[in-house]
Amino acid sequence: MKLSGAEILWECLIREGVEVVFGYPGGAIMPVYDAMLNYPIHHVLVRHEQGAAHMADGYSRASGKVGVAMATSGPGATNLVTGISTAMMDSSPVVFITGQVAAHLIGGDAFQETDVTGITLPITKHNYLVTRADEIAQVVREAFYIARTGRPGPVLIDICKNAQIEKTEFVYPEEVRLPGYRPPIRAPREALQRAVKLIENAKRPVILLGHGAIISGAEQVIQHFAIKTQIPVAMTLLGLGAFPASHPLSLGMMGMHGEAHCNLAIQNADLLLAFGMRFDDRVTGNLKTYAPNAKKIHVEIDPSEVHKNVRVDVPLIGDLKAIVSDLLPMVDEYDHDEWLQQIAEWKAEGDARSIMNWPNDGKLHTAHVIHDLWEMTQGGAIVTTDVGQHQMWAAQYYFMDKPKRWITSGGAGAMGFGLPSAIGAWFAHKNEEIWAVVGDGGFQMTAAELSTAVQEGANVKVAIMNNSFLGMVRQWQEFFFEKRYSAVYLHNPDFVKLADAHGVPARRVTKPEEVRPAITWARQTPGPVVLEFVVEQEDAVYPMVPAGASLHEMLRRPIRQPQS
Amino acid sequence: MQHTFIALVENKPGVLNRVASLFRRRNFNIESLAVGRTERPDISRMTIVVDCQDKTDAHKIEANLYKLINVIDVQDVTHKPTVTRDLALIKVKASPEQRAEINNLAAIFRARIVDVAPDSVIVEVTGTEDKIESMIELLRPIGILEMVRTGQIAMTRGSYQGERRTPGANGNGWYERDPEEIGLAEF
Ligand SMILES: Cc1ncc(C[n+]2csc(CCOP(=O)(O)OP(=O)(O)O)c2C)c(N)n1
Repeated sequence: MKLSGAEILWECLIREGVEVVFGYPGGAIMPVYDAMLNYPIHHVLVRHEQGAAHMADGYSRASGKVGVAMATSGPGATNLVTGISTAMMDSSPVVFITGQVAAHLIGGDAFQETDVTGITLPITKHNYLVTRADEIAQVVREAFYIARTGRPGPVLIDICKNAQIEKTEFVYPEEVRLPGYRPPIRAPREALQRAVKLIENAKRPVILLGHGAIISGAEQVIQHFAIKTQIPVAMTLLGLGAFPASHPLSLGMMGMHGEAHCNLAIQNADLLLAFGMRFDDRVTGNLKTYAPNAKKIHVEIDPSEVHKNVRVDVPLIGDLKAIVSDLLPMVDEYDHDEWLQQIAEWKAEGDARSIMNWPNDGKLHTAHVIHDLWEMTQGGAIVTTDVGQHQMWAAQYYFMDKPKRWITSGGAGAMGFGLPSAIGAWFAHKNEEIWAVVGDGGFQMTAAELSTAVQEGANVKVAIMNNSFLGMVRQWQEFFFEKRYSAVYLHNPDFVKLADAHGVPARRVTKPEEVRPAITWARQTPGPVVLEFVVEQEDAVYPMVPAGASLHEMLRRPIRQPQS
Repeated sequence: MQHTFIALVENKPGVLNRVASLFRRRNFNIESLAVGRTERPDISRMTIVVDCQDKTDAHKIEANLYKLINVIDVQDVTHKPTVTRDLALIKVKASPEQRAEINNLAAIFRARIVDVAPDSVIVEVTGTEDKIESMIELLRPIGILEMVRTGQIAMTRGSYQGERRTPGANGNGWYERDPEEIGLAEF
């Protein structure tokens, strides 16, 4: 039977198991939107295409499935760009579908023509320009395959309007044939044996878990591996949840705002087992002084990440789950008591400085709010964040025991991510409790999506940490620019009224004793809720490794912050 | 030092752009890039000459090329016996009296005069980069009006293969060897 290109697109999306698409219509994609009415896929109408991109990303991270976002040509497509690059940096499988002007108009600066494949070339894993209807089925099949396999990432399909309209025989391709794309799975035995030798000889080993641990579904086998070998586990920002925070072997988060004992363990290690992480500058600090005495084993699916930032001794290229499964029977049980004892001492010293052990000074600190939220939700919520100080505090004080419940923009650090990604996550888990922890700055970048949340009845709770500052930038100005505050003060709207205007129940919290009742109220109130926490304006995130400093050269929270 | 890579890529629109964009994006300097057809209509072949700061650059280039879905195979033939060729067309100012001199030079280099005009000739010269450079140097005093070069193309001799350093890349059957062997030891 002959179908239009637009119909073929939906047929293919259904075969890929797509349940929900986030998007925004416009001239060049109208045939696709018209055909959509005949298919049982739910479409979420966003308020800005960036929102659609982050929603698809959040959906993907929460579900492990491929997310789908859609936009029209020109400005619709360019509005996706931040979201595409966010998905790229964090290896999120999202398929983006954009409309394009008719093929015969390409190159002529037609109305709303933009070179979208050109613009997105460096921020997609792969992209396609489709000029004919008979290409669509093959391309969609390939796009989903590429997006979710190997190191996942965004794939964009730009479909010319004529290709959406033209009718052609619909043949669903049974297989994809990509001669240049064969992601590696297993590492060879000799390489594994070299790794085992290093593990056997290590006295002070540390496992570094990145996003790859979650993407490959390796959490269980890694847990067995860590327990069997008694090797402590540090996590990157995106690796949080890959290993239970409550486990005695967990060192928590590493890096710029990582925990002190965790960074010290890395710096003093004699072996690092980097599992699905890429030695980003935010986790290594100064490369010249990074873990100077450590041998390094790098298990990584993307060969271009090996030796990119840090020279490693044994690269094991392939799927993390497969490789750790292969390693597990090859290693013995080891005793690292002395090493674990040393780390425990560092940790005890860090605890004394932790904000949680501060005397209650009657002020509202974001860290306290997050800690309360963690306790009250028993660590069971899905938490998305925006970017900034609140993000780091959420990483530090919302202890994640399970994967795919911590959703944050790491590599791109894209403000505006928090709310839309929470809405996306809700579509993946409609019965779960979902909190978007956002700053007053970042929230306002995509605040219009509140309206989408209402339209969809998305049960997301938004916690705005309002410090009236672009807090993280302010902190840098305080530390590194002699407190010369430049363009960081925000004169904000009344967030409660703003929520109210959307029909979203909201409360403002200004005192520590109001925190728990407000959270209880939000949890009991169905549908989207906004809580505005008016927090300390000039709080700082500690520890902090200044950009370019060595990982052990952390600025630590003063034992007692001077009361002002 | 200069590294020469041979990349087999799918013969599809936009692939050249992807490769060029990758070199820009990852901050590598292309000295020359030649693309052409191969014995298979679905595959094009690129010869890419890149100036690498150190050996890890060569590793990075290879691994990043593999990230492109349309790239099928990459070899570094820098240290292997190869036949490399570059072709130049050089338009030289030439009064009738100078033609004999140019003819002589051309003969030495086994170059050919492929066009003769009243006041200029076009010399066609094929060979290694060195050979072409020397020819240019000798023609320069006479007066080069215009020049074009194809960029290098390369092929390994006999059954030699280029180095494939990228561990596990595209199931090409190759895997990480000793760091020494692949030249990463001094990294
Ligand atoms: C789109 C975007 N623009 C700018 C930045 C730079 N930036 C990083 S953190 C930050 C401040 C965020 O302020 P806010 O949202 O209020 O959160 P806070 O740090 O106060 O918790 C800025 C501007 C960014 N990460 N993303």
